[in-house]
Amino acid sequence: MNKTLVLLVDDEVPFVETMSKRLTKRELDVLTAFSGPEALKQLDEHPDVDVAVLGVKMPGMDGIETLREIKRLHPSVEVVMLTGYGTIESAIDGMKQGAFDFMVKPCDMDLLMNKIKEAKNKKTQHEQKIIEAKNLEIILRKGN
Amino acid sequence: MTKEQYYSLLTRRMILIVMLVSFAPLVLIMGLTGYNFHTSYKNKVIDHLEEIVRKHKQHVDDFLMEKLADLNVLASSFSPEVLSQEKFLQELLGHLRKGGGGTFSDLGLVDEQGIQVAYAGPFNLGRANYMAAEWFIESKRSSYYISDVFLGLRGIPHFVIAVKKDWQGRQWIFRATIDFDSFNRLVENIHIGKTGMAFIISKAGAFQTKPRMDIRAEKDMLLDFIRKQKIGTEGKPPKEDRLDAPILAQNNFAAGDVLVVSPDQQPLNQHMIYFISPLKNGEWFLIYRQDEGDAFSDLYRARTLAFGIFLLGGLVITVTAFLLSKRMVNRIARADREKEMMNEQVIETGKLASLGELAAGIAHEINNPVAIMVEEAGWIQDMLEADEFKQSEDYEEMQRAVNQIRTQGGRCKEITHKLLSFARRTDPAVKEVQLNSMVNEMADFSEQRAKYSNVVFQLDLAPDIPPIAASPSEIQQVLLNFVNNAIDAMNEKGGVLTMTTRRENDFIVLNVSDTGQGIPQANLQRIFDPFFTTKPVGKGTGLGLSICYGIIEKMGGRISVNSAVGVGTTFHIHLPVVREEDDEEEEPQADSATYTYFD
Repeated sequence: MNKTLVLLVDDEVPFVETMSKRLTKRELDVLTAFSGPEALKQLDEHPDVDVAVLGVKMPGMDGIETLREIKRLHPSVEVVMLTGYGTIESAIDGMKQGAFDFMVKPCDMDLLMNKIKEAKNKKTQHEQKIIEAKNLEIILRKGN
Repeated sequence: MTKEQYYSLLTRRMILIVMLVSFAPLVLIMGLTGYNFHTSYKNKVIDHLEEIVRKHKQHVDDFLMEKLADLNVLASSFSPEVLSQEKFLQELLGHLRKGGGGTFSDLGLVDEQGIQVAYAGPFNLGRANYMAAEWFIESKRSSYYISDVFLGLRGIPHFVIAVKKDWQGRQWIFRATIDFDSFNRLVENIHIGKTGMAFIISKAGAFQTKPRMDIRAEKDMLLDFIRKQKIGTEGKPPKEDRLDAPILAQNNFAAGDVLVVSPDQQPLNQHMIYFISPLKNGEWFLIYRQDEGDAFSDLYRARTLAFGIFLLGGLVITVTAFLLSKRMVNRIARADREKEMMNEQVIETGKLASLGELAAGIAHEINNPVAIMVEEAGWIQDMLEADEFKQSEDYEEMQRAVNQIRTQGGRCKEITHKLLSFARRTDPAVKEVQLNSMVNEMADFSEQRAKYSNVVFQLDLAPDIPPIAASPSEIQQVLLNFVNNAIDAMNEKGGVLTMTTRRENDFIVLNVSDTGQGIPQANLQRIFDPFFTTKPVGKGTGLGLSICYGIIEKMGGRISVNSAVGVGTTFHIHLPVVREEDDEEEEPQADSATYTYFD
């Protein structure tokens, strides 16, 4: 199985950098971004990103807005929202908009790893279903 | 101006206005109707009495004229020879008495020398000489004469009516004596009220009838007054008149000349009202007198009654004005207090909201650095897993230190979460609220403060109690107030703060007990009053419990308190549970309500 490619997005640079190191140490490929537009740019450059870990509260384009854009442009990317306690409602709002799950900062690394794994699995299953559907379509076309 | 002065001024003004508005029409109506009634009633009484006097005057005049006419007819019908026959005269007297009811006492014919040539009557007056008698002298001067009442030869009161006749060159006086009693009865029967009476007095001051009361003291004044007013002079007939002229036509008595003399018009008797009417060509006066109080007794009685009613009405108006104003000002004062309290509540809520925002800001800002610290500690821990570190003799110590950082980071996280949880509840919107969660949160929130005051929390919360419909921020405010008050009450020695919840029919009962100093009985009734506080100046506004009371009342709940000095205090708060139909209605919003206490 391919290594999971994770995009970490938050405006707190040290937080992103340290978490990136820790995830890398846990054998994940990690990309980082410090704002919404930067995250979208990264996704454009790396369409194979599996999971985005997205901070809710960010200056400028906030997490929810970024999520909406990710889901519009890269629907297959799973998103785990990362929030402070005060923005739980926003995180829930995010889930309604298609986020996979949310976690409260500071979060336990093992829990986060589990969430990423689950998200990756979901994405893989989703992609497989798409491939199967495409195959079926090809077979059906050939049959015609 | 202090509040007390303001309300006292307001009360006085209201009393004044109410009294002015009430009294003005009352006084005006009383004055106008009273004056009109007084005037018209007095006029009516005076008119009535005047009419009586006029009629009697007419009666007396008619009486005299009638007698004079009788005598004149006889004198004209018979010659002196016939009239001088005493037997004939006796017969005539008999006829006159029959017709006139005995008013004629006797009859007599007197020659020009004053000798009574014939006499018929009860006295022995035959051949009596009247040459010097006043009536005889006066009779010779005029064709007829009516004397004043005098005693005369017989020694009893009587008066004489005389007619002068010329017969064959000789003058004869035909005279009759009128019985005093029958004349007296003409005026004696004017007897009105207790003091009303009439009498006849001559111009010279001799009583012509017998007054019912002794009025000699007034006599001179009356005569003086009559002289000054010249009463009766206008109606005086000419001195010399012809015998053959009709007697009634000669009389120039003014039929209606009754002079009313009210007390304020005369110096006679300040309490008497007089009616004076001239008789007999102004020789006599018929006088009716009555005490004013007696004459107008009905009017005065009505006036006293009206005055009594006015006084009573005035008293009622005054008392009503006083009570009404007092009550209204009390209501205004209460409304002012409530308004003030509401303003305070708004300020308190505003303060709480600002505090919440501040807390939320701080919590959020702290949470991020804490998250970074925890991440860094995690990263260190990750690195410690490398073999080179594992073999270090400080490995264990380093692990412990990193764990400690993570643990304390977790503690910071909890604190910030509590702060945020508290701060989020500044929304006054009513939601379904799980009271137990709120109590738990409040206990957590106040734990630190309680610890410093040596207060231990004891919670006994009934599981599965239904939610209540309330504004979380308001419930939070209520709980915070009770918890703070309880901690304050135990501040000196510490103690146990117990909070229990249980369901009781349609209510959730929350009891907040402390083991503090207790509230004295005198203060117990006032603790929910606004601005009542026993805390030192600057420490308490005295609004906390009153605001709690307002919030709970507004929710349809109630609040009561038990307290024993030295033992402690328990507040019982009854909050209505959400009704099932409300649940159904609010189901679509259940998500947000549930998430409110996501923890």
